[in-house]
Amino acid sequence: MAAEALKLQAAGSVARRQWVARASRYLFLGATLAALSILALLMFLTAKEGLGRLELDFITNYPSRFADKAGIRPALLGTIWVVGVGVVLAIPIAVGTAIWIEEFAPKNGLLAFVKLNLANLAGVPSIIYGILGLAVFVRFYNMGPVILAAGFTLALMIIPMTVIASQEAIRQVPPSQRDGALALGATRWQAVWHSVLPSAVPGIMTGIILAVSRAVGETAAIIMIGGFTFLQFSPSIFTPIQSLMDAFTILPIQIYGWTIDPREEFRQNAAAAIIVLMVGVMALNIGAALIRERFRRS
Amino acid sequence: MRQLITRLKESELRETEERLRASAGGDALAGDLPAVDTGAIRSPDGDALFSLRDVGVWYGAKHAVSGITMEIPVRKVTALIGPSGCGKSTLLRCLNRMNDLIPGAKVEGEIKYHGANIYAKKVDPVEVRRRIGMVFQKPNPFPKSIKDNVTFGAKVNGIKGSPDSICERALRQAALWEEVKNDLNKSGLALSGGQQQRLCIARALAVQPDVILMDEPCSALDPIATLKIEDLIRELTREYTIIIVTHNMQQAARVSDYTAFLLAQEHGVNGQLVEYGPTNEIFTNPRDKRTEDYITGRFG
Repeated sequence: MAAEALKLQAAGSVARRQWVARASRYLFLGATLAALSILALLMFLTAKEGLGRLELDFITNYPSRFADKAGIRPALLGTIWVVGVGVVLAIPIAVGTAIWIEEFAPKNGLLAFVKLNLANLAGVPSIIYGILGLAVFVRFYNMGPVILAAGFTLALMIIPMTVIASQEAIRQVPPSQRDGALALGATRWQAVWHSVLPSAVPGIMTGIILAVSRAVGETAAIIMIGGFTFLQFSPSIFTPIQSLMDAFTILPIQIYGWTIDPREEFRQNAAAAIIVLMVGVMALNIGAALIRERFRRS
Repeated sequence: MRQLITRLKESELRETEERLRASAGGDALAGDLPAVDTGAIRSPDGDALFSLRDVGVWYGAKHAVSGITMEIPVRKVTALIGPSGCGKSTLLRCLNRMNDLIPGAKVEGEIKYHGANIYAKKVDPVEVRRRIGMVFQKPNPFPKSIKDNVTFGAKVNGIKGSPDSICERALRQAALWEEVKNDLNKSGLALSGGQQQRLCIARALAVQPDVILMDEPCSALDPIATLKIEDLIRELTREYTIIIVTHNMQQAARVSDYTAFLLAQEHGVNGQLVEYGPTNEIFTNPRDKRTEDYITGRFG
């Protein structure tokens, strides 16, 4: 009797399960495409409306009541200043807090309390930070609606999320790295500085960039502080101290101001400003990716 | 049969004795108690580098090991063997105060190193660890270049000398120099598992320690890499004292001069020293029934 060759084609239960597997693949591809296509559509519509206005004059001009002469110079510089000040203030505090929590803090009730509050603060709506900034920096410290006050407010806003992201990055470093350093006679701090932090930098960078992206697009808190919509001067890099105490505007406020203008041409200006903002955020993300790669390799 | 019963009685007696000593806590009482000498725990001849007296470790409310009293000789290989959870790694980590890093861990008793109690109040664990190096179960090179890995300890300890010569010396001692001398700037993670472990040994040697503790250094390696590490261990005893924890009894037999057998009543609780002595005696003529059962593969 000739033995019949074993047939190994999918049949019965295997066939059914494989069908589900194939279907799931397309389902998830569809989900990804849906998200991407909505984003692409938005970008396309914005580009169609705004690309025509996007020329050097638009970047370097001050706002104007004539749409074709209006530019975003104060808003762009204001954004860079405010976010720059906020990030410079926030990073050391946030990373320091994360290091303390993960590496030095005694595991007790106080620590649990601090962690709970950080998580809560990260979820507080930005308008609340705006009110806080208005009350504390603008009014109590009598700074007025200036770059420094906005920088402080943004710093407060992004510290909790940066702390949480940095904590996560530090926790990802395997304990064996820390033990390895300590077993060689490193102090706690040396183990953190030479062994833990270099491994955590990519993750910390990601957290910082996410925070910066959020800060760049922040509108509510800054409106609360009192960012202007129509400024005929911009902060100077040559007199940084005075600049910190200058009034300012930022891109999202400028965009908002133009969007609510009934005239069609100003809406084109808004679209063009959105493109500038998006390109800026994208550049930040690419920069972060490059830094991450660099650290990962070395 | 009668023999077995006497042996059992002996071991019960000793356990009770050990428990008594452990519960006494300090050395005040322990010194007054007459030790029940069954001959299973023999001090090595020659100079002792470590003297352990009634050492126990608590993890929270769990008594991981207790009542360990032994002397560890200088410039010899001492192996700690026993089934999983018997506390051999715990005991090893006491010797360079790595247990300090585990929250809730508490060490009792006295561990003298060169006659000084390393758990005395004023002792700084960093001073202890730079003299007593450690190699871990899983190779854990830093994600840095081979050279930076080796010079890390010298850097953090402020050891003087050119990084290149420190690096070459340590890599030669660890029998890795010939394999990596042209790739010193390559990442330590690019090496094979066995090479990574030798890199970790080189890294420990570069600090110029006195002792190297090895916690199952070959358990993640293939047999050939394992043999290389074992050769290296034999080589290193000319200058260093080595204490090695191993699961592998053949390995203990091959590399060590003295062997300590630990056993826990249940997993991770109350590990105790059952037998300690010259390796060849432990393996050819164990004095405790439990040692014999373990090395003949009857349990563990």
